[in-house]
Amino acid sequence: MSGTLAAGPAPVASRRLALAGEALAARGGLVLVAVALFVFLTAPLAALLIRAIQDKGGAYVGLANFVQYFASPAFSRSAGNTLTFALVTTFLTVPLAFAFAYAIQRSCIRAKWLWRNIALVPILAPSLLAALSFIYLFGNQGVLKGVLPWFGLTTIYGLPGMVLSMTFSAFPHAVMILLASLSLSDARLYEAADSLATSEWRKFVTITLPGARYGIISAAMVVFTMAVSEFGVPKVIGANYSVLAIDIYKQVIGQQNFQIGAVVGLILLVPALVAFFVDHAVRVRQKALLSARSVPYVPKPAPVRDRLLLAFVLLMSAAMLAVIGMAVFGSFVKVWPYNLSFTLNHYTYGFEEAGVENAYRNSLTMAAWCALIGALLTFAGAYWLEKTRGADFVRPIVRLQAMLPMAIPGLVLGIGYILFFNHPANPLNVVYGTMGILVLSTIVHFYSSSHLTAVTALKQLDNEFESVSASLKVPFYKTFSRVTVPVCLPSIIDISRYYFVNAMTTISAVVFLYSPKTMLAAISIVQLDEAGAIGSAAAMATLIVATSGVVTLLSFAVEGWLLRRTQGWRRAAPTR
Amino acid sequence: MEGTQPVADALRIESIHKSFGSFVALKSIDLAIHPGELVCFLGPSGCGKTTLLRIIAGLESQTAGRVIQNGRDVSNAPPAARDYGIVFQSYALFPNLTIKDNVAYGLVNRRRDRAAIDARVAELLKLVGLPTEGPKYPGQLSGGQQQRIALARALATAPSLLLLDEPLSALDAKERDRLRGEIRQLQRRLKVTTIMVTHDQEEALSMADRVVVMNHGAIEQIGTPLEVYERPATPFVADFLGKVNVLKATCVGGGRYRVGSREIATGANGMATGDAVRLYLRPEDRILADSGPVETMPNAQSGIVRNVDFLGTYCLASLDVDGFDGQRMLVYFSLNQTLELGVREGARVAFALRPERVRVFAA
Repeated sequence: MSGTLAAGPAPVASRRLALAGEALAARGGLVLVAVALFVFLTAPLAALLIRAIQDKGGAYVGLANFVQYFASPAFSRSAGNTLTFALVTTFLTVPLAFAFAYAIQRSCIRAKWLWRNIALVPILAPSLLAALSFIYLFGNQGVLKGVLPWFGLTTIYGLPGMVLSMTFSAFPHAVMILLASLSLSDARLYEAADSLATSEWRKFVTITLPGARYGIISAAMVVFTMAVSEFGVPKVIGANYSVLAIDIYKQVIGQQNFQIGAVVGLILLVPALVAFFVDHAVRVRQKALLSARSVPYVPKPAPVRDRLLLAFVLLMSAAMLAVIGMAVFGSFVKVWPYNLSFTLNHYTYGFEEAGVENAYRNSLTMAAWCALIGALLTFAGAYWLEKTRGADFVRPIVRLQAMLPMAIPGLVLGIGYILFFNHPANPLNVVYGTMGILVLSTIVHFYSSSHLTAVTALKQLDNEFESVSASLKVPFYKTFSRVTVPVCLPSIIDISRYYFVNAMTTISAVVFLYSPKTMLAAISIVQLDEAGAIGSAAAMATLIVATSGVVTLLSFAVEGWLLRRTQGWRRAAPTR
Repeated sequence: MEGTQPVADALRIESIHKSFGSFVALKSIDLAIHPGELVCFLGPSGCGKTTLLRIIAGLESQTAGRVIQNGRDVSNAPPAARDYGIVFQSYALFPNLTIKDNVAYGLVNRRRDRAAIDARVAELLKLVGLPTEGPKYPGQLSGGQQQRIALARALATAPSLLLLDEPLSALDAKERDRLRGEIRQLQRRLKVTTIMVTHDQEEALSMADRVVVMNHGAIEQIGTPLEVYERPATPFVADFLGKVNVLKATCVGGGRYRVGSREIATGANGMATGDAVRLYLRPEDRILADSGPVETMPNAQSGIVRNVDFLGTYCLASLDVDGFDGQRMLVYFSLNQTLELGVREGARVAFALRPERVRVFAA
């Protein structure tokens, strides 16, 4: 067309070679993701499944282990207790979270951003922190012990303390789901109801609740699953109230009885899997609920409603900050509640005495690796899955495995890891007892949410970017680094932060996998509490919250800087 | 065989077949595209036109068949080993790169020196009429401007084939009309062989050198816009392009067909006496009283106006034609004819059908 400046095609031979390499990289990457997920997720779960039908020596015994465990009195008690604990927690958490989310999305109260962020603070803390705080407040030496009889309680230890602590931990997760669900609304439905002179209550029952029902079910499932598989809270404040999660721990760590541990793990898997599939079915429906033409609902001031909701939100926020504040305060006083003078001893001698002075540093190291490798692997995995071509038979396998961790309680994953990686015949058993296995198990444990974040970000990119690049003879990895990563960077940072915070606070999978050298901060809280060093336990919890908080703020700052720097092209959103 | 042809085909599609599981998207497609022509794949959504384009681009692999570009078999070549530029409905401009970097995207990869790339980008931006937009980002341009940039990017490496996948569908009506003309002009000037996929018949008829009408994964007809409109090869083509009256009829021999109690003369002799057929007539295939005494012409008819749709410069009247047994006919009237011939509900109108325009298909 223009003679001198027209670009000619590259020599054919080298072109072909480069192409073969590119296709290999695209297909090979995907296969690699599939294999990695298989080795670090599916294989350990399979090991668990196999162990459950073997005796101590490894011989096949069918369902004998199940029969033995079901027949034991421990089973019926623990199963009943677990169910009670999870149900009570769900019925307490979901209505509270709904009211909170409703206040933020559907009323005219002020400073909504503040309440929203306070509600999310518990995510930064290990669930144990709440248990410690409730012991400080209502335990044997609790300052507010006297109010317990008002509620018909004699002690906070056992079910009451467990439910309260769990509610604190699960609250932000329920609030997030319900905030999203209540943000989907069609103002025209309310306008139609108004034009028919409908009462506020009837509008709430006929429009608001049905619109949010999938969110409510989804939140209930999430809270229920969290409670069923919670280990730390019952350990610290549960006293003699035995639950399945504690049974697993006792069987595996206490008695080295792996086959019964595997059986309990599989039992734990049942409610988690049910909840997972219910939640999945519900989410699919929620998507179809709102048409693209819906007009978002904007609340109008209603003084009575707004004041009542503000009072509620204030109360909840105060309670949450009080729970965090109590643990922080407790970590700095000499002997709660008798000697309230300031001390740093819990942070120094306390840790040394219990031999956990390396735990915090280990947690930092692990969380940093998780943030770095996790974000990298998750994003690359999602990219290979969504944006490359070829090897299509692998895609459903990867997709399924990527969603599986969401249904697997951490404890179950942890036992699977022991059984798989500690097996003498496994060439990978060198990772057992190292920091590596902690990082890997944590990444796998929190893979699903991260994967979904990455997929959502990638789906917002035009599907034809890769096609255009191919037509322009630009290899896919160049477009990946020049376009895909820069556009998705905020989401990649989100994933990184998510891994970091969860790596700091998690106990469930890693409690089976740490060695004395790789003791982690969150696990050391259990150990400190068992040793009676509640001040040091609170100190460790405080360190975790502070670290998660600082890292979260830092990541927001980086994201903000990034958005400002790239606002030239982000100002107008990409089309489609 | 190829040696004997005066002009080698720019692209040859040989019995391309594509199925997704049990669904057959394309069945034995054969097509030859000449150098420098603009061919439109036209059809309703799901007819396979986009799949065919993506197979030509190597973005989709055919189940069977061959794609031959400039004499080279590229049937199994990956996209990057083929020679084409492509423009999508969604523009697919990289949002984080400037307009200049977007246009230069395929050039940078070829390790050309900076000055040559800059000159080429400037040349292309001028070509698409946006010489000063280089430093901006895609999000700062209108849809039509973004599509022009996408076109510049596709043309940057001087491909021998340009593929356009519904390039105008995302634009508003005015912008669409303007860009339609611009693309056509540019294509003529650069003489680049172009395939455009569209579901918009007006777009296809106004832009294409040849139109490939597709339906249910098969080609119904290939021809110039005038050919496919005037002499549709199948009922589908007649129905899909423009408006058409379909009348139930019986063949009475000698190219004559009975509709109700009337006989209509046509130029179509293919049917046997007694065959049940359908006559396809466009609303404009009629002669009106302003061209002469229609009552004495062959195929003279008379009918009562039941409804008039006013469509700006013309009207479509629905007529109850005498002797047609209640089969209504849409007849086209220019605005002037509407006024002069007194076309309004309840009025009686005389007209004659053009025998040479009537298409006859088996019922």
